[in-house]
Amino acid sequence: MPLDWAYVAVFALVGAGMAALPLGLVWLLAPRSQYPQKRIAYESGIIPFGEAWSQFHVRYYLFGLAFLLFDIEVIYIYPWAVVLRELGGFAFVEMLIFLGVLGVGLAYAWKKGALEWA
Amino acid sequence: MGLGGFLGSVWQVELVRMVVLAAVVFTFLAVGGPLFLVLAERKISAWIQARVGPKHVGPHGLLQTVADTLKLLYKENIVPHRADVVLFSVAPVLVAVAALLDWVVIPFAPGWVVRDLNVGILYFAAVSSLTVIGIVTGGWASNNKYSLLGGLRSAAQMVSYELPLAFSLLLVATVTGTLSTVRIVEAQPYPAYLYPSVGVAAVVFLVAATAETNRIPFDLPEAEAELVAGYFSEYTPMRFALFQLGEYGSLLASSALFTTLFLGGWKGPFSLPWLGPVGNGLVWFLLKTYAVVFFLMWVRWTYPRFRIDQLLGLSWKVLLPVSMVNLLVAGGLVVIVR
Amino acid sequence: MNAEALAFYALAAMVLVGGALVVYSRNLVHAAVSLVPTLLGVAGLYVLLHAEFVTAIQILIYVGAITVLILFVILLTEGATGLRVRQRNEQVPLALGVCGALVVLLWVVLLRVPWGPAAGPLPPYNPGAVGRSFLMPYVLAFEVTSLVILASLVGAIVIARREE
Repeated sequence: MPLDWAYVAVFALVGAGMAALPLGLVWLLAPRSQYPQKRIAYESGIIPFGEAWSQFHVRYYLFGLAFLLFDIEVIYIYPWAVVLRELGGFAFVEMLIFLGVLGVGLAYAWKKGALEWA
Repeated sequence: MGLGGFLGSVWQVELVRMVVLAAVVFTFLAVGGPLFLVLAERKISAWIQARVGPKHVGPHGLLQTVADTLKLLYKENIVPHRADVVLFSVAPVLVAVAALLDWVVIPFAPGWVVRDLNVGILYFAAVSSLTVIGIVTGGWASNNKYSLLGGLRSAAQMVSYELPLAFSLLLVATVTGTLSTVRIVEAQPYPAYLYPSVGVAAVVFLVAATAETNRIPFDLPEAEAELVAGYFSEYTPMRFALFQLGEYGSLLASSALFTTLFLGGWKGPFSLPWLGPVGNGLVWFLLKTYAVVFFLMWVRWTYPRFRIDQLLGLSWKVLLPVSMVNLLVAGGLVVIVR
Repeated sequence: MNAEALAFYALAAMVLVGGALVVYSRNLVHAAVSLVPTLLGVAGLYVLLHAEFVTAIQILIYVGAITVLILFVILLTEGATGLRVRQRNEQVPLALGVCGALVVLLWVVLLRVPWGPAAGPLPPYNPGAVGRSFLMPYVLAFEVTSLVILASLVGAIVIARREE
């Protein structure tokens, strides 16, 4: 079983290598004529003003957080899905409760406008 | 029983074999796939828009993408002023690798899967989630408001759609009782009473996959009119190409996964006797996967784009509740019929 | 040395170097991104313990969700510019003392405990085994977890809404 993941690791490294290869080629082959104007950040042709990294809204965070919490919930469903056939009705009810509680959470988030973007 | 006990002193040989396999697999499908897909996209979009598309380079324009890629090698590599050079270069590599790693669990034909991980579809979901970091980092590293904004929006979108996608995977897992892609293919076709549930899950999957790969109608983070090219803006040739490779690679991988989970993978209604089981499996698998790709491309060139709030609303307020209920319905049916 | 040992040392190195980068990077975004190799290394260590389910979860949650959230948080606050923040205050000697005591404690524990080989074969950590365990004996913990998640969600929303 660790062998499976060894394959994953090797594939990741080979993949990274193969992805980096064209970058290396470009570094070798491409022309270079740097002058300051070329390196300015692109803002439809005007000179950019203001710091690039201005503050952003809390809504990004809320979506990320909601995602994290539901992702954790999803984690529990994977093993449940695998053993459901074997454990039957009792397991089903347990998951019903679990998803029910989280459904309440989703409804709450919805009602409080946490899922609105604009 | 670990690697050491299993292979003893020949692990170096096994390692070489793994590297070679990786190189071969990636060369064929990850490179051949997206390269071919970019061309397919251009041809299909041309056909839908009543024009012809690339036809000069190579027979019927087949070598167009090859030519484009080679051209990119010679383009000047510009790193924007005050951009974070290290992360700027690492981000596209990360996105590309995440797309490539998806393929480890896809079964192309009976017996032809890189590794049949016990946690197959969970692995697929895990690896797909790695793309998000690459995109946020890439957006930030460019030191450009539009790139950063594009990166963050894309992250919010991808992350929101990962949940309905996961629920679709979970539904298949519930129905088949396994997370292994190979066993899922073997378990198909599904019993008829499950068709409605599985059908809903399939639709949700397609919608979520389109959003995950940032394709129209969900490509707001890349929207040319609004955000220049979003988090791509500052990325000149090769790095840009790597992001694209990641995107098309993800598209192909998602289509392949859809085929595996919902269309029966490499199984086909009839076999051509002279090909043998592997050959037949491969043919059916490729046919189905490319059919899905064609469908997704068709969707792309037909629909207008969703606004970000509509997009996120769709995921959280429609797809997610529907998926949760659907999962419980399927689970209930499985338990009742057991 | 055999493959398993080599894998262990490589992964441990990845975790330690990554961790060092997280702590010592002066740029906050670099620090957050360095979490990725650190957490992936930990995932690899889980593989060596034959816990493949946990490995996949580690990647999915820690690298795919938590790191992203941390990045969002960093970008939301001033740190997005990658401020080089050097903290200097009067508590450094106290901190050094506490850390030193911790080091001594760990060292003593490491030397004193009779570390033997594993008591037997590793229990199965596959999804089936995990599922059976939290759906049968540990069911209460499982249901309580859903409440904990609910509480986190509600709490975060309440706090975030107050900002607006």
